[in-house]
Amino acid sequence: MKNSLRCIFYIILKDMRTYYLKPPALSWGILFPIVWTLAFYLRHPQGFVQLVPGMIAMTSLFSTTAAEAVVLTFELRVGSLERLLLAPVTPGTIFLSKLFGGFLFGFLMSIVVTLGSAAVLGLHLNIPLYLSSLIPSLLAFASLGAFLCVTVKEVFEAQTLLNIPRFIMIFVSGVITPISSLPYYLRPLAYLMPLTYSVDGIRYSTFGKGFIGLNFWLEILILLAFSFLFIIPGRIMLSRKFE
Amino acid sequence: MLNENVIEVEGLTKYYGDVLAVDHLSFSIKKGETFGFLGPNGAGKTTTIRMLTGISKPSEGTANIIGYDLLEHSLEIKRRIGVAPEESNLYDDLTAIDNLIFMAQLYGVPRKERVKRAEELLKMFNLYEKRNTLFRKLSKGMKRITTVAAALVHRPEIVFLDEPTAGLDVVAARGLRSLLRRLRDLGVTIFLTTHYLEEADTLCDRVAIIVKGKIVKIGTPEELKRVVSKGTIVEFIFKNGNEEILRKFEKEIEGVKIAIMNGNSIRAYGEETGDICKKVLGMAENLGLKVESVKSITPTLEDAFLELTGLSPVVMAMEKEGRKKVEE
Repeated sequence: MKNSLRCIFYIILKDMRTYYLKPPALSWGILFPIVWTLAFYLRHPQGFVQLVPGMIAMTSLFSTTAAEAVVLTFELRVGSLERLLLAPVTPGTIFLSKLFGGFLFGFLMSIVVTLGSAAVLGLHLNIPLYLSSLIPSLLAFASLGAFLCVTVKEVFEAQTLLNIPRFIMIFVSGVITPISSLPYYLRPLAYLMPLTYSVDGIRYSTFGKGFIGLNFWLEILILLAFSFLFIIPGRIMLSRKFE
Repeated sequence: MLNENVIEVEGLTKYYGDVLAVDHLSFSIKKGETFGFLGPNGAGKTTTIRMLTGISKPSEGTANIIGYDLLEHSLEIKRRIGVAPEESNLYDDLTAIDNLIFMAQLYGVPRKERVKRAEELLKMFNLYEKRNTLFRKLSKGMKRITTVAAALVHRPEIVFLDEPTAGLDVVAARGLRSLLRRLRDLGVTIFLTTHYLEEADTLCDRVAIIVKGKIVKIGTPEELKRVVSKGTIVEFIFKNGNEEILRKFEKEIEGVKIAIMNGNSIRAYGEETGDICKKVLGMAENLGLKVESVKSITPTLEDAFLELTGLSPVVMAMEKEGRKKVEE
């Protein structure tokens, strides 16, 4: 256990040094959320405050998954992931280290967007609730990203594949419009998406109430369940890559 | 060298789908021994290393390494072995020294020791001047040597080297071989795959020849050479030969085995010198080839390899280099 934690720590440090400023992480993980947020702000500055929870959740989604594509798929392609396996590390430990590499990148980006929004708009977040929602959200998105990134060979393929759930979630998960405004046939889809619970949890921590009417802690549990749903097959698929 | 076996392999087998890549290998390696694994492309050398180093699971069979069962204690084994894979796959965006320090961190080398050991290795491998150069900016030979150095940073008891000198220039390859001798002198057990038979001949205490996933012969280089010493080997060098013409010797001469060494020379293996010369010189005359020299050859490991596998070592090396170039 101690050995695994040490390896996870050093792999994350190495990934921060080598991958966080790679173009795919910059473009999809930093630029896209910033441009998207600015676009909504410029279009309707007065009502923008209502969109902030969605923007924070969307930033966490894009930044974690973009980082997974780099730290995982890139290393799989160039063979460096196999180099890690030569050390006394299990595939499960490597999968977790990559997952937390994306998690940390997403955490940093989400904090930057949150602090920026809070400073500009004068928001007062409930910090414990905010972190209680953000952390499982990042875990769910990093797990989703890692799971999908293990299935492809190239970074551009990973980004393309990731865009499918990303863009579906942006439109159905309450980032731009409340789920209650969606056509009735799209609403069940919203409840199948982790971003829905992330947006709602962050909204709860920002405004004291959510949109979808579920208990805040139940939403956290659902996000954790999504994480396990993606972690287990992702870890198994990574092990199979080396058979 | 001690008599204790540090590697014992029993029935090791690997299937990829229906394809049998490694076929029930059994062998053992003693402590301090340098053991060579020779074979052509696709023979199963790398697959065997991948299984023994815990990357790939065997389909059947097992191995005991330094007293630990491969299937049950792979992490303990990984702590005690070092591996330099065929590809120099360290991190492009880390410097040479940072790559070594990162490996030391993964292997749990004490904090105070990491930098010291990394610097020691870089000095030993004549790379100290390049310690702060990014891995991607190193030459191919330097990358290869850094990859070997990374396998040693935790002071392993056994080192697995997959084609360590493949693609290196003559000077770099010679330097690396001399370092491998120093490792051997330090008592490190070395498991080496190579397609350079001369390298195996000079470095290895014992050699296994593997073809199509099976070990066809195992022994000291001298033992393997004795396989061919019963017969006679004669080398013919022609003034105006080319590979296409020389292939006709391979196809058309009966009772004498022919190996093309390069575009203008062949080696002929047979029972009696007179008979070999008569057949080869007769055909050379028919083909209009002018003979530059004829000499009797003492069997080498290359000759043993040819005898045992039927594969030309020269063609094998060319295939290997060709494959490397395509991959690059």
